[in-house]
Amino acid sequence: MPVLQPAEGAKDQHMVLNMGPQHPATHGVLRLVLEIDGEIVVRVYPEIGYLHTGIEKTCEAKFYQQVVPLTDRINYLDPLSNNLCYALAVEKLLGIEIPEKATWLRVLLAELSRLNSHLIWLGTHAMDIGALTVFLYTFREREEILRIFEGLAGQRMMTSYIRIGGLSMEPPLDFFDRVQGFINTFPEKIDEYSNLLTGNPIFRSRLKGVGYLSPEDAIALGVTGPPMRASGVDFDVRRDIPYCGYENFQFQVPISTVGDCWARYEVRLIEMRESVKIIQQALDGMPEGAFKAEAPKIVLPDREKMKTQMEALIHHFKIVTEGFAVPAGEVYQSIEAGHGQTGYYVVSDGTAKPYRVHMRYPSFATLQALEVMCKGKMLADVVAVIGSIDIVLGEIDR
Amino acid sequence: MSQPKTLKGKTEVTEGLAEHPAVKAILAWNSEALVDAKFEFGELTLTIAPEAICAAAATVQAAGYNFLDDLTAVDWYPSAPRFQVTYHILSHRHKEHIRLRVLLQEASPAVESMMSVWPSANFYEREVFDLFGIRFEGHPNLKRIMMPDDWEGHPLRKDYPVEGYR
Repeated sequence: MPVLQPAEGAKDQHMVLNMGPQHPATHGVLRLVLEIDGEIVVRVYPEIGYLHTGIEKTCEAKFYQQVVPLTDRINYLDPLSNNLCYALAVEKLLGIEIPEKATWLRVLLAELSRLNSHLIWLGTHAMDIGALTVFLYTFREREEILRIFEGLAGQRMMTSYIRIGGLSMEPPLDFFDRVQGFINTFPEKIDEYSNLLTGNPIFRSRLKGVGYLSPEDAIALGVTGPPMRASGVDFDVRRDIPYCGYENFQFQVPISTVGDCWARYEVRLIEMRESVKIIQQALDGMPEGAFKAEAPKIVLPDREKMKTQMEALIHHFKIVTEGFAVPAGEVYQSIEAGHGQTGYYVVSDGTAKPYRVHMRYPSFATLQALEVMCKGKMLADVVAVIGSIDIVLGEIDR
Repeated sequence: MSQPKTLKGKTEVTEGLAEHPAVKAILAWNSEALVDAKFEFGELTLTIAPEAICAAAATVQAAGYNFLDDLTAVDWYPSAPRFQVTYHILSHRHKEHIRLRVLLQEASPAVESMMSVWPSANFYEREVFDLFGIRFEGHPNLKRIMMPDDWEGHPLRKDYPVEGYR
């Protein structure tokens, strides 16, 4: 393990402090080596890789459809966005058409997943600052989202619900009512969080003016998502490079030009309200139809057909045992996930296994901006900044 | 979803997409450095000569491709040239991605570091160095990032087994 030495010519009182990998405020197993001058941070050196499981290597040994469950495990707080990004990338290579209902359900689920991710961010961020109560409030709503996921996919976190060519199964009968019930009350819940935090003098003074990031630095250091928009860069993949039918939805992209932790807090709160609007539009306009594409060689047949039709049984057997060949080529699919821009780079050599799958996850790049945001500030602000950039170590280490 | 048109080879792309801002900028800068090009699945790929990659990146940056979205590598073992380093560059203005890539030979693969153009290349290049063993000249801190410092081998190379002993 490399230990950071104080920089050449540093003052004698400089001290090297190890924060993590078990520190509760590092949101996982992030190790920060901090060089400090009294209480002032001089250098920040993030040491990562503790959660590295070689998912990219594992993908190369799996069939295309077997990669879907692996993607859940990269960012376990926003699982459906991962599924979606991978599925879109492979579908681009295959060139198959996805039924409208599946596309709309995907949008609905991606937004629910974003709410899930933002709720965890808000709860843990407030807890890091010392406002313990908010955590209990946000996890109450998150529990409802997880129950909806459980009813949908049979799993609370590792849903693997979005598959190549559509969805894994028809949503349950009460699904739309439950989602409607959830978003009917959710805007009030956001008001509740806001009442707890926005006027709270401790929370305000811990975040305002802390962790400033300029728009130039945000672009130079690869920061995306809410932290980038809080620095005044007006870009959202959902709006600017629409994928998965986002062009059919009306929503605002919140921007702030202040660039501090407070701005990131405000941007994410508005983003949650916008997500609710998108979910409402998806519920209102949900088209009828199939939930998966008509592509018997790629999409698994219905259980009923498999038991009664020889053709379907053969296709099922072939897909499970041999996978399906994907045309050779390389594609890059970018989406706006809860933490920022997620991108999947899939290279195919024409066989049933991906030649290379690379995941670009927002936290990995955003972590590079940590030093810029913390330099010259108080040691305690590091905790506030880590909370405000909303990192997930699973997606950093992969 | 109808399959978008496909263009293969340098001439087809430079003629078919002459008005594309990135193609235009690269041709105006140095058409010799553009080794190959293709337009597939609605995505533009420009293969650049390895020694000119940073200058090419600076050129497309000036043409509005302002954000380095992703940097990674592909191992084409056992074919030659073995390694491909891929740069996905996003334009906030043109609202699209382009892909630049360089091809490197197997013997001591190295390419100039992109950090002079985009400092965000830092972690990505360390990751590629760690998992593929490709060196980035001029990188200030080219150390392993995912694997332990004393690890032997580069796991994402194709001759590195997925399971079992090396």
